[in-house]
Amino acid sequence: MAMKTETRRVLRKLFRNPTSLLGIFLLSFFVAIAIFAPLLAPVEEGRDNPFRMPIAKDENGRMIWKSAPFPPSPTHRFGVIGKYDVWYGVIWGTRSAFRIGLIVSLISSAIGIVIGSIAGYFGGWLDEILMRITDMFMSIPFIVAAMIMTTILGKGLDKVTIALIIFGWMQVARLIRGNILQAKEEQYVLAGKALGVNDFVIIVKHLLPNTIFPVIVQISMRMGALVITSAALSFLGVGAEPGYADWGTILSYARNYMMELDRSWFAIVYPGTAMVLFVLAWNLVGDALRDIFDPKMRV
Amino acid sequence: MTAYIIRRLLILPIMLLGITMIIFSMIWMLGPERLIGAYIKSPEALRSNDAQERLIRKYGLDQPFYVQYGKWLGNLLQGDLGYSNVGRTAVTKAIGSRLPYTAELAIYSIIPVVVVGIWLGVIAGARHNTFWDHGIRIFAIIGWSLPDYVFGLLVLLVFYSFLGWFPPGYLSESSMAVLRSDEWRTVTKFATIDSLINGRLDIFVDAFRHLIAPIITISYLWWAFILRITRSSMLEVLRKDYVRTARAKGLPEKVVINKHVRRNAMIPVATVSGGMIVQLFAGTVIVETVFARPGLGKFTADAAVQLDYFSIIGSALFFSFILIVANLVVDISYALIDPRIRLK
Repeated sequence: MAMKTETRRVLRKLFRNPTSLLGIFLLSFFVAIAIFAPLLAPVEEGRDNPFRMPIAKDENGRMIWKSAPFPPSPTHRFGVIGKYDVWYGVIWGTRSAFRIGLIVSLISSAIGIVIGSIAGYFGGWLDEILMRITDMFMSIPFIVAAMIMTTILGKGLDKVTIALIIFGWMQVARLIRGNILQAKEEQYVLAGKALGVNDFVIIVKHLLPNTIFPVIVQISMRMGALVITSAALSFLGVGAEPGYADWGTILSYARNYMMELDRSWFAIVYPGTAMVLFVLAWNLVGDALRDIFDPKMRV
Repeated sequence: MTAYIIRRLLILPIMLLGITMIIFSMIWMLGPERLIGAYIKSPEALRSNDAQERLIRKYGLDQPFYVQYGKWLGNLLQGDLGYSNVGRTAVTKAIGSRLPYTAELAIYSIIPVVVVGIWLGVIAGARHNTFWDHGIRIFAIIGWSLPDYVFGLLVLLVFYSFLGWFPPGYLSESSMAVLRSDEWRTVTKFATIDSLINGRLDIFVDAFRHLIAPIITISYLWWAFILRITRSSMLEVLRKDYVRTARAKGLPEKVVINKHVRRNAMIPVATVSGGMIVQLFAGTVIVETVFARPGLGKFTADAAVQLDYFSIIGSALFFSFILIVANLVVDISYALIDPRIRLK
């Protein structure tokens, strides 16, 4: 009951606030691009993996084998870099971004929720050990940790996903632990315990529903950061395989022409704009959600 | 208070040990066949048929996890982190020689980040919900959404490709030649300071010209962070009773903001600044790669691309140790400043 009215309150506020409305609009725009990717950037027949960018063709239909940049033209509206069509990469890269962001944030949050609830609910030495381990994982800078992990696992977006999950669960674990520590002294929990309700049931049915909203804020705020980091790995050359439709991959081709960026500006501006708007959308929604859930803002 | 410091100091070695364990587990996951590549310095070593197995046995890579870990930890304590293929020298030496470049960039970036970030945050907080506040918030949210490498490439595109003002790299060729010559006295290893010591103003200008673009990149991204914290902290303090009292007794608004609000609003800013400096340090992995500056960040990125495992591990350990020690220093000094922390 309480959860339903809370959800309704949140949704109403989200749609009334102009900045979060802009965020929702941008997000729907990206969802549409991801859904209609096969229409916007058609996949040639016989290609089984649309995420492998095809070699671009010139206006006579011949493949471009030179990796020099070609500026935008009617056949390639975002230009060609490193033999690949930037438009194709930006469109299918949207799918890559959603996939990595959603998978990483959902799985890492689930891990964080389990670890945080155990630590917060049972307390004592178990809490101490779990939280020190959390601290240790947090002590390696995220980008450096993700970089080592992907070099060890090998190239590929699936490996990047695993690396980001391994080093991405700690914030949620801390958050959930803190919230459960506060909530477990509430009367309804004590009553449940006194009645002999199973610990697992108390955590899942009574504690988590009351502590889960801040996690949703965290997830939406971290979506952007995760997509930035995964593209950063591709940009540095340790993430997605060469030729994979990913925003960071296209940017890494632009980096090859660092001394003459004016010839490859389109390979920075178009994927860069896509990334900024994508991250901005999640940040706007996350920011609005935080204001809505922050008790200090409720007057 | 003493108990708090002692507790934190006791946890420190456990934390450091835990991190070496996490990092070693990652190398261990590679398995002996891939890890052996890091020990081989020339292809000659692999000439005979059973060379690989022999080398695996020689370096003890077929032994159980705890034996290998113990050996590795022993080497680490003696400062031996293996040979860096990227640096063509021992990993510790390679890190040491690249550190000054990164430190120079980080130190010069912190000043504009903190000063301008706080200034903008104070303006936004003091003029809540005005045109200035909205403008600064939009500026912040864009900066917060911009990936550092995208912004860095844009800065390079505008200020180097189009305008030709700030080139990438560390120094121009002619200045590098002077640095390598015998007359050059290296004191601090910071090109901007050494050039002044040597009385070469032209090299100082050259070094500074190469620093501006990365500083702009780092600054904008961190302004967003600092000014958000300053702003929300200002807003919180502005609601306090003593601010109402100050206004009620007729103090001019300027005095209220500068004397009563701003000082108290700085406490959370000071806490996050310590962590920020470390994150800024780690962020050089990307900024130095974009601007081709030969520092620790670029070293780490190069090592990752070339699968130079010992170098990556060394850099990761270095970054993590700095992070832990810096956090400890920040927490303890914070406890010394703010009596409310000690009670917890």
